[in-house]
Amino acid sequence: MAEYKLELKGVSKSFPGVKALDNVQLSLRPGSVLALMGENGAGKSTLMKCLFGIYHMDAGEIYIDGEKVEIKDPDDAMEKGIAMVHQELQPVPARSIAENMYLGRFPVHKYGPLQVIDHKTMNEETKRWLAQLGLDFDPTALLGTLSIGQMQCVEIAKAVSHNAKVIIFDEPTSSLSDKEVEFLFKIMNQLRDEGVAMIYISHKMDEIKRIADDVQIMRDGQYIGTWPAKELSIDEIITKMVGREMTQIYPEHHHEIGDVILDCEDICSIHSRSFQHVSFHVKKGEIVGFGGLVGAQRTELMEGIFGIRNLSSGTIKVNGQQVTIKQPKDAMKAGLGMITEDRRGTGIVGCLSIKDNVGITIYNKHLKAGFVLDHPTINKIVDDSIQQLSIKTPSMQTHISTLSGGNQQKVIVARWLANDPDILIMDEPTRGIDIGAKHEIYEIMENLAQQGKAIIMISSEMPELIGMSDRIYVMSEGKLTGEITDRNDMTQEKIMSYAAQY
Amino acid sequence: MKKDFNLKDFLINNGVIVVMIILVLYTGFTSNNFFTVKNFLNIAANMSYRLVIALGIAGCVITGGCDLSGGRMVGFAACISGTLLQNLDYSQKFFPGVEPLNPFLVILIVMVICGLFGAITGAFVAYLHVPPFIATLGMMDIIYGLGLIYTGATPLGGFTRAYTTFSTGKFLGISYLIWIAIIVMAITWFIFNMTRHGKYMYAIGGNAQAAEVAGVPVNKTLVIIYAKASAYFALAGFMLGAKAGGSSVNTGLSYEMEGIAACALGGVSVTGGRGKVSSALIGVAVLELLKAALQYLGVDQNAQYIAIGIVILIAITLDIRKYVQKK
Repeated sequence: MAEYKLELKGVSKSFPGVKALDNVQLSLRPGSVLALMGENGAGKSTLMKCLFGIYHMDAGEIYIDGEKVEIKDPDDAMEKGIAMVHQELQPVPARSIAENMYLGRFPVHKYGPLQVIDHKTMNEETKRWLAQLGLDFDPTALLGTLSIGQMQCVEIAKAVSHNAKVIIFDEPTSSLSDKEVEFLFKIMNQLRDEGVAMIYISHKMDEIKRIADDVQIMRDGQYIGTWPAKELSIDEIITKMVGREMTQIYPEHHHEIGDVILDCEDICSIHSRSFQHVSFHVKKGEIVGFGGLVGAQRTELMEGIFGIRNLSSGTIKVNGQQVTIKQPKDAMKAGLGMITEDRRGTGIVGCLSIKDNVGITIYNKHLKAGFVLDHPTINKIVDDSIQQLSIKTPSMQTHISTLSGGNQQKVIVARWLANDPDILIMDEPTRGIDIGAKHEIYEIMENLAQQGKAIIMISSEMPELIGMSDRIYVMSEGKLTGEITDRNDMTQEKIMSYAAQY
Repeated sequence: MKKDFNLKDFLINNGVIVVMIILVLYTGFTSNNFFTVKNFLNIAANMSYRLVIALGIAGCVITGGCDLSGGRMVGFAACISGTLLQNLDYSQKFFPGVEPLNPFLVILIVMVICGLFGAITGAFVAYLHVPPFIATLGMMDIIYGLGLIYTGATPLGGFTRAYTTFSTGKFLGISYLIWIAIIVMAITWFIFNMTRHGKYMYAIGGNAQAAEVAGVPVNKTLVIIYAKASAYFALAGFMLGAKAGGSSVNTGLSYEMEGIAACALGGVSVTGGRGKVSSALIGVAVLELLKAALQYLGVDQNAQYIAIGIVILIAITLDIRKYVQKK
């Protein structure tokens, strides 16, 4: 028997403009939990996707039980005993739990050439697998009626029923309640006792210390090292993950803060479980951070102010004037801009050029005779912003989908700068981009603040929040629970204590 | 990045056009009268109204939709045009004793009427979120019913000289029908590339949510696109009536399917966001040249449908390869 259940050696993977993985390795002992850690963009998910056959790696080898294997696609990975539990992986919510468990391998009765699905066996087997994990769901209930945590448990049951010997957990707890996390850990401990090897990706340090046997750290697509979890303190993990002094990443604050430009009072969502009674203000030349846990409704609040979501009450004042915002167009007229969190979903238009992606906000501003696009002027604006933001691209006609995440993000920044907003909302502005591009985005933010623009930044990365903000608001479960005005007061502990208030 | 010329890639990327050229050359050298100006003008005339339809549909397809009401709109417009442009002395005149109108006025009338119905379809698609496939399917039946009631299901004939001249008349040796198609093509190119409406259309097709967040008036743009498409169908109906010298509610039946096929053949992405005026032109040209070549080669009329179907399947299969993401 080989020492390791699973080994990856020399894995490299490039995307246009970005080397996502550079000669990365991974070793997983049977009956253990390996925590895979690193900042966003360190390459953890990419590595897992390579292992699971979602991406094809450019170079590298995979060994299972000491034998070299090739993994062509997720199906192939499952056959080789590898399963992945992902919070976004909810196969078919509109079908029953049992059907989801046996999707693609339904038990059948054979009547000659005719195959009829054997619902009885399927439901019974499902019930048995669920019971093994201590779950008591009705196999015929629709998957969609379960909570996300419960769906994950079904996914785990599915993995176990596949006889999976390696299970990958990609940030499974990011939207789970404490009780659900406890239950997940109970199941993981049980699996460990049965000899299943698990890879666990999470940002939550306390969880790592509780569940992991080993910790592997990655940074900027490179392998840093693997240590027994007991031998590393949380501080050591953070230092190894960040790999440099925090002060180097963030530009020094040289901007001057002016008068209040945006004043929001008693903002309420139409949904009672979303943001309620939130009041805040932002001043000219100020960078205001919004901290909180996932699900704190920060994104929803900002989308509400920008007219993407509906408000039931509240007043928004820009420069002291009350404004009515029913749709993004109204917000833009009032001088707002918003870089959304979901770059792919609500940011870039993948099949269009950089020019069209930038121009989309200004095509109605630069017209000749009222209706003919003034291409020369637009080209100049786009060209200038490519220079200014140092977007790496052969030309403005290049399709945005061929750029790296960081450059795509800069194009979206360029889009909003072209529209010259007074207040720019940036929702997780550096999510999923490499450290170099992050630094550039921070410099851009500092520059904008120096020009007197107000910036609202939502961030789930504590160092970023602390490093960039002049003032921090913290939200928890839709309510504003704290405001930190003194930069010396900004500590992870303080933010966490506000964020975990509800 | 290397930019070496790769014959295999070139053939895959331009497969349809290459096959078309080979077929046309083969037909030209093996049969008489194929390579004649007259034949090509004839093909161009057949292309003219089909191109107008395809250009209308292209707008819908680029936004990720489609328009199944196209063929019936063509028929409806052809009938309205017919009833307003019959000779006074025609025995079965629809409006006895009523002077025929100016054909240009009739073009305006049918484009406005159909455009309004298109705007209704667009409103269902945009504001009520009805999938375009269903919304236009519903409008297709409504328009057919209206056409039947309006004409009493009787065919129309006896068109005025002023009307049929649109097909028979020539400028610089080229039929007016072809000139109309060229003008429509130029206007459409202008709309697609030189107006914000065009840019919004591409953005909506590429990522409607992102467009909305960026302040694009998504709903308004969609309504305009469907209204515009129907106005195009109306013009095509007018043209087809002039060419056929008669019309009925079944004029233009299933032409929307040819239009959608032409768009797809020419490279308008059926998932939205991509497509040019030249795409529609290439698509329509491929289909019409194929029909003409098969006819010259003496292929059975019924078997021609099979050939066209195969070409569509192969062409789209090749085209899709360009966009399927390589992992």
